[in-house]
Amino acid sequence: MAEPVSFQPGSEKTFYHPQKGADPPILEIDRFNLWYGEKQALFDNTITVEKGLVTALVGPSGCGKSTLLRSLNRMNDLIEGLRIAGEVRLDGQNIFDPQVDVIALRKRMGMVFQKPNPFPMSIFDNVAYPLKVDGVRDRNVLRETVERSLQAAALWEEVKDRLKDNALGMSGGQQQRLCIARAIAADPEVLLMDEPCSALDPLATSKIEDLINELRGRYTIIIVTHNMQQAARVSDNTVFMYLGRIIEYGKTDTIFTKPRNQRTQDYVTGRFG
Amino acid sequence: MRSSTISSSKRSVFETGCNLTAQGEPFVWSMAGGLAIGIFMIVAFLVLILWNGLVAFYPGPIRLLHLKNGRVMAGEPIRSELYRIDPQKLGQMSEEARRMVMDRGGYSRRWLYKTGNFDLYNDDYRWVDDDDIERMETPDDLVMVERREWGPFIGTIRMLKIDGKEISDPSEIVRRIDDEIQLACARFEAIRTIERDRIGDVNHRMEAARLALRKELMKPNVGAAEREAAQARHDQEMAEWKERYQVLEREVDARKAEDSRFRVVLADVEGRQKEMAISQIVRRIPANGLTTAGRLGVYADRWWELVSAEPREANTEGGIFPAIFGTFVMTMLMVVVVAPFGVMAALYLREYARQGLLVSSVRVCVNNLAGVPSIVYGVFGLGFFAYTVGGIVDSLLFAEKLPNPTFGTGGLLWSALTLALLTVPVVIVATEEALSAVPDSLREGSLACGASRWQTIKYVVLPKAMPGILTGLILAMARGAGEVAPLMLVGVVKLAPELPIDGNFPFLHLERSFMHLAFHIFDVGFQSRNSEAGKPMVFVTTLILVGMIAVLNATAIFVRNRLKRKYMTGHF
Repeated sequence: MAEPVSFQPGSEKTFYHPQKGADPPILEIDRFNLWYGEKQALFDNTITVEKGLVTALVGPSGCGKSTLLRSLNRMNDLIEGLRIAGEVRLDGQNIFDPQVDVIALRKRMGMVFQKPNPFPMSIFDNVAYPLKVDGVRDRNVLRETVERSLQAAALWEEVKDRLKDNALGMSGGQQQRLCIARAIAADPEVLLMDEPCSALDPLATSKIEDLINELRGRYTIIIVTHNMQQAARVSDNTVFMYLGRIIEYGKTDTIFTKPRNQRTQDYVTGRFG
Repeated sequence: MRSSTISSSKRSVFETGCNLTAQGEPFVWSMAGGLAIGIFMIVAFLVLILWNGLVAFYPGPIRLLHLKNGRVMAGEPIRSELYRIDPQKLGQMSEEARRMVMDRGGYSRRWLYKTGNFDLYNDDYRWVDDDDIERMETPDDLVMVERREWGPFIGTIRMLKIDGKEISDPSEIVRRIDDEIQLACARFEAIRTIERDRIGDVNHRMEAARLALRKELMKPNVGAAEREAAQARHDQEMAEWKERYQVLEREVDARKAEDSRFRVVLADVEGRQKEMAISQIVRRIPANGLTTAGRLGVYADRWWELVSAEPREANTEGGIFPAIFGTFVMTMLMVVVVAPFGVMAALYLREYARQGLLVSSVRVCVNNLAGVPSIVYGVFGLGFFAYTVGGIVDSLLFAEKLPNPTFGTGGLLWSALTLALLTVPVVIVATEEALSAVPDSLREGSLACGASRWQTIKYVVLPKAMPGILTGLILAMARGAGEVAPLMLVGVVKLAPELPIDGNFPFLHLERSFMHLAFHIFDVGFQSRNSEAGKPMVFVTTLILVGMIAVLNATAIFVRNRLKRKYMTGHF
């Protein structure tokens, strides 16, 4: 496993054109490096994320996919001793620019976490949370947004009669869809999903996958997953990462059927990882 | 192939010898033993307090003792013990008595009798050996009279002198005495109300006028004309108040003169008489003639007096209302101070401060603060709060009262602050633990929604941590309410003339000294002239203190559980 990786990011060999979205790419990750203290975790990551499509980040544990994802909405700011180099541009603007308002950035980049993390409050208040921290107090606006978000997350029919109930009383799958609804309520452009199904049973997983397919086009989705079949099912483009480097990036079909890199092939066919 | 390996195993699952240490049995036993000892001690403590506290006020019978030496005495039996008779005394006893004692191994039983009548006997408890008693009666006409001064009187009521009319017929006395006591009590209360409230108010106004004049005179650059005007205003006010004072004084004198026409003559069992005003009687207990219901009535009456009245007889009798009130107000004040300080400090330490050497050392210091002896806090509170801060406050705001200190001496505020300082480590540690128990995923979820750090703390972290924080506050409250050593230095007194809350502006008088239950226990039990007389009071005060802490804790736990539910269902 420790053999040196010789692939240069961006080289013709491993980077072929991913499926194009309608508009110019929404996110450009440009020679992005990241260090935890002395240890470098990401090496010269360079990709563009297409608008309105679902991009899957796959790779073995510890390859840096979550780190990359959490860099995109600057969740990593909380970690002490973290250094970065390079740029991530959202609509052409570097998100690490000192003038960028992190709070505004996070409102444009919603995030769904590995474990469902509803707040200890009612279902309604959970979904309304992004608006409330924004200072929205108008009950009508709140109610409309909550309903729209819950419908978008395919949860409305299940919970519309118990919006005042505690969110912690829901099942795991429902909680995760609630978290997606909460992320949607902030009206983001990009949805970052960090292994959203790893804590769920197969039925709940398939519901979330259906939901991702529903949301395709409305939001740009970047999903980290360990589950190859899931990546194949839900994503348009796939990024394969290994030891902090992006090895291959292309159409999901291509990556899974005709990977150009031996390691990618080994990984997607289950020979390691 | 595999099955052959398994079947070849010769190990049996039916172990015959078992290794106790490996199974941890001795540790389980010692753990259970430790728990059992702990529970036993708590239960024994509670039973002791409850039993002694609850029986203290139940009136016992009054025995009339005819002693072998020809004397008579009367008293309420308190407790008995076996004791070894002094050989010298044994030598003086008759042959028959000595043989009896020797048969019992040199031991004899004696009872402690509460004889009362301190003004006649110079003591009010006496040990009497059972062997010294010729015979014993419990006559119905013996009464215990609780008095406002000199403690209880045990004997008979000989005569009522009402308005010069003498009533000495026993049945007539019994018929009238209770009504007369009630009337006398009303008269006594009326006099006291005038003395304390109305004359007290006049005194308060006169003091205020005097201070206003001094304040005026102390101002720099005051012209002679203004000085004279202030002096004139003061004189005029003073004259008015003095006039009112004299009116009130005359009224009190008149009422006292009227009261002194109602008198009672008591006699002890040996016939010594004692005459006094009826208004000196708190209650009359015909102990031997009482039914069980009557006894319970006396019992309830005594409890009511305890929780509602002020102390008398150097705190050994009467009520402890000022102490209950002082403890409650001080504890509440302490919680009001300690809660925001502790919680904010912990929030900063846990949520904002960069975790490093500095924060770790602050944390160690906070933990060590919890172990500092409380008397050290008392010394600090006196030196820093009372003398330094209080001195500055006095020189800035109450200069006209100097050299009499206002805030520059022990008082309610400084006591509350000292105890807040004492308990703040408990709150900080508990809050930090509660905060660190909030999963990071919640914080991340909130931040990812575009909430700021403060919003995350306010809406997600604090609600989630609130039950833990309240637990810390409950612990702090329980510790603070029972603490007495530092309070003795910074504001608790044996007998406070005024409550810390009254009708005069600004209603809550933070500078006043106050009474405290825990100090009351110490004072009555160990500082009074007659520890036997104070004993019931020590036990009931302990019971009330323990009960009060229990009630405060129960309330806080109730609030915590309510909050828990509320934050679980969640509103902004």
